[in-house]
Amino acid sequence: MNERIARLRRQSIEAEPVISMERASLVTRFFSSVEVEKHPVPIARAMALRYILEEKELCLNPGELIVGERGPVPKATPTYPEICSHTQEDLVVLDTREKIRFSVSSEAKKIQKEEIFPFWQGRSIRDRLFEEVSEDWKDAYSAGVFTEFQEQRAPGHTVLDDKIYKKGFDDVRVEIGVSIDSLDMSGDPDAPDKRDELQAMDIAAKALIGFAKRYSGLLAGAAAKEEDEVRKAELEEMSRICSKVPASAPGSFWEALQYYWFVHLGVITELNTWDSFNPGRLDRHLYPFYRREIDEGTLTKERARELLQSFWIKFNNQPAPPKVGVTAQESSTYTDFCLINLGGVDEKGEDAVNELTFLILDVIEEMRLLQPGSMVQISRKNPDDYLKRALKIIRTGYGQPSIFNTEAMVKEMTRMGKSIADARNGGASGCVETGAFGKESYILTGYFNIPKVLEITMHNGIDPVTGKRLGPETGELSSFSTFDEFYGAFDTQLNHFIDIKIRGNRIIERLWSQMLPAPFLSLLVDDCIKTGKDYNSGGARYNTSYIQGVGLGTITDCLSAIKWHVFDRKTIGFEELAAALEADFKGEEDLRKRLLDETPKYGNDEDYADMLAVRVFESYFGAIDGRPNTKGGHFRINLLPTTCHVYFGSVIGALSDGRKAGEPLSEGISPVQGADRKGPTAVLKSASRIDHLRTGGTLLNQKFTPGVLEDEEGITKVAQLVRSYFRMNGHHIQFNVVNAETLRRAQKTPEKYRDLIVRVAGYSDYFVDLGVDLQNEIIKRTEHGLEQ
Amino acid sequence: MAGLTGDIFDIKRFAIHDGPGIRTTVFFRGCPLVCWWCHNPEARVDCGRETYRKRSVNLTLPASDNVIGPEVRIETLIAEISNDSIFYDESHGGVTASGGEPLMQIDFLEGMLLACRERGIETAVDTSGYAPWEKFERIMELVDLFLVDLKLLDEIQHEKYTGVSNVLILENFDRLIEAGASVRARLPMIPGITDTDENIEALISFLGRYEDLELISLLPYNRLGEDKFNRLGLEYRPGSLKAQVPDEMKLIAERFEDAGMSVRIGG
Repeated sequence: MNERIARLRRQSIEAEPVISMERASLVTRFFSSVEVEKHPVPIARAMALRYILEEKELCLNPGELIVGERGPVPKATPTYPEICSHTQEDLVVLDTREKIRFSVSSEAKKIQKEEIFPFWQGRSIRDRLFEEVSEDWKDAYSAGVFTEFQEQRAPGHTVLDDKIYKKGFDDVRVEIGVSIDSLDMSGDPDAPDKRDELQAMDIAAKALIGFAKRYSGLLAGAAAKEEDEVRKAELEEMSRICSKVPASAPGSFWEALQYYWFVHLGVITELNTWDSFNPGRLDRHLYPFYRREIDEGTLTKERARELLQSFWIKFNNQPAPPKVGVTAQESSTYTDFCLINLGGVDEKGEDAVNELTFLILDVIEEMRLLQPGSMVQISRKNPDDYLKRALKIIRTGYGQPSIFNTEAMVKEMTRMGKSIADARNGGASGCVETGAFGKESYILTGYFNIPKVLEITMHNGIDPVTGKRLGPETGELSSFSTFDEFYGAFDTQLNHFIDIKIRGNRIIERLWSQMLPAPFLSLLVDDCIKTGKDYNSGGARYNTSYIQGVGLGTITDCLSAIKWHVFDRKTIGFEELAAALEADFKGEEDLRKRLLDETPKYGNDEDYADMLAVRVFESYFGAIDGRPNTKGGHFRINLLPTTCHVYFGSVIGALSDGRKAGEPLSEGISPVQGADRKGPTAVLKSASRIDHLRTGGTLLNQKFTPGVLEDEEGITKVAQLVRSYFRMNGHHIQFNVVNAETLRRAQKTPEKYRDLIVRVAGYSDYFVDLGVDLQNEIIKRTEHGLEQ
Repeated sequence: MAGLTGDIFDIKRFAIHDGPGIRTTVFFRGCPLVCWWCHNPEARVDCGRETYRKRSVNLTLPASDNVIGPEVRIETLIAEISNDSIFYDESHGGVTASGGEPLMQIDFLEGMLLACRERGIETAVDTSGYAPWEKFERIMELVDLFLVDLKLLDEIQHEKYTGVSNVLILENFDRLIEAGASVRARLPMIPGITDTDENIEALISFLGRYEDLELISLLPYNRLGEDKFNRLGLEYRPGSLKAQVPDEMKLIAERFEDAGMSVRIGG
């Protein structure tokens, strides 16, 4: 990278995440005015966005080529009091916690105390949500049976398609006008609501154009003062670009990147749509601009690289908004889960890898930033040299890009009813979640703690941690004479808690629809404009609500131990087992050793355990898949944890797989840490026993020490390993290439390893930012390849 | 074939250094050589039974259902090998018989190779070369690739460090190539023992005679063998040796290349 990029990169890495009260103050001032009451909710929301974009401080970092920050400076992170209004205590926690800290000035605390908190108390969606959900929901939530994404983050999770590269916001406004004109005001009872929503979208579209024009002015002023001729010309060009996009369609590579970036800022300023709003299939979207300009000689490969690098830094400058409470535990990270997709196929199913794909891979390798995340879609039609290029980046221990199976994702989407073209134009976002880019709202609604349900089943519906009854009475342990009877009880409890979760989700979906529509985001997702409906109200072409199962490996090994020792071999009594768990194995080391060492375990390509994984999968799938949500779509499953397997583990006592109380659960569909002993092919065989094609994403983590990938032959063999897994319909695999010794050293002297990025579970993070439990778990995970 | 059992001390799936593609390596117990630097001392029958790898977690299964142990049934072994067929297909890999010396259990080895041939699984045999020629003849048609370890070309030195003469080994090597078998020579580089100037020169002139050699692999020394000797309570006679640094290995490789041979560092 050149000196300019190195400087901007350093600025980004060294910037301290701080809380900025700018947005909170502006949004509070706006909603405090009496005028607001007169406007319908969507219009008021659009006007609020306009007010923020008109008033917020602009930022121009020295030498940068893409402009715009969400806060006043890089990593100055806003809050969203209409969603979650922080208490003074929250701010102290944010300011002083060891991991994922945000510095909070005393000035900021004062503003929050005097202006923000009094206005939003009882009015934020977080406050309203906890008032509206049922007692049994609250009990299960507090016990850690499930989490709730929308309690302090807006429904996000959508990725942009190619529309902004083909039309400007002026064109979009014309479409809005057409849609308003075609409303049937006398025949359609919803027409007035639709008109409000469409007018709100129009205000939002204009607001972003205005914001870009403010930047154009700033840049023109900077150009006038600039003495360096080269930089002066750059600033003039940037000023011209910002007066053109997003109003008009982009004509150049540079314009396309700046256009996207304004759109990105619009989305993340309107609401804190957690997870993954990003350009999606970037190599495909930018390729026509790149090709034409390279051929015409108006762009060099080096300039394209520099522009992409500038673009990359902008993502890294925006940490995920601060999270508190359970949400901070389930997703303890600065990353906002932007996951740039490369490769795959086009809408006709043809190989979509191009020259730009490789250039972007170079950028990923060189930048080594936490954000944006990146992934490679691997289709059978994609060439091997592309997969190998990605593995060579993974080999450097950076943890990116992760690897996805295009054919599996397309089949997952068509099974859910998407058109084949929409499916092929889609991909994965967040950690591993499948979606139709630009056309779908696919909301993660919360993690679901499957092993906790087993613990409750073993206590006849009572949570042993609190002594509270959470589920129905499904039988004392002594009443089960066969494993199938016991499994039936587990299944009943599972369905009971899923019902509670889904009932709660419907209430929460309605709250968002009524209180916090997102007219700006709705501009970007088909078919909101056509239908006059908001993104949060079912306006998208496809509307999916995911419930993410956590702990497949743990639950499988627990059930395997019960089936094997208690029922099949009758070598351990069920009550004897329960007593040992209650004692957290104190004085029961021998029994624990039998559970750990003499029990069939998931991840070893052995039917006994693997078929139990399939059984749990089918129960979980059956409880959720296909049930309607409030937006005309359905509930679906996926299997991924972010960092939630650590939180979920902390609320469960000892389990029958030999795990002690409080320890983390297994993550994704990976085996329990250390339970797989037959190497990666056995893990992949076990992991492919469940039907990935009926999920919306699974997460499999494999750790390799660098030696496996050190030569061309090693790269080739790991590439073949990936291809084999994908032949078996595996959805996703990620490799953590680092040795345990390095990690232990990093744990002892974190200051020396501040740049060490590891893959955690679906994303990469700085190792030193991880909690000590998670650090230990990553160290413990089986190291394949070099053990002998 | 039914009823055959073999003494298998380990099975390693995703073996990537024992031949082409992704392989499953089956470690046969028993060896006629006693190399000072042996990598798998647990292959020796005098080591006791506790040295079998515990990869399977179903330890309570009857011994005959285990894929590792003194009496592994051929059907069980073949089922385990077949588990990774999809990986072999994708990578043009297969199964490698290693050890120990697999030819010491010739009936079982032949049974395994035959079953793999029937299932279309490619086979490799990693051998010390120290076995009667008749045994090679028996299996030659069933083996897609021989990996033959060549240690020391000086007969006295060979006898000192491995316990046996190298005459039979070199003869078999010659006959395998004469017979048209696909052969890869594997040369363990033991510091101060096999990586000496004299031995490397001798290896180059010996191997230089063969035009049809598939490949020569130089295996750099590592200390895992020493660690195993210590764990087994056996004396590690070479003492503490220092592994070659990559540059040293490159220099050795260049000497082979200068003589017109195709070599690779690592399995």
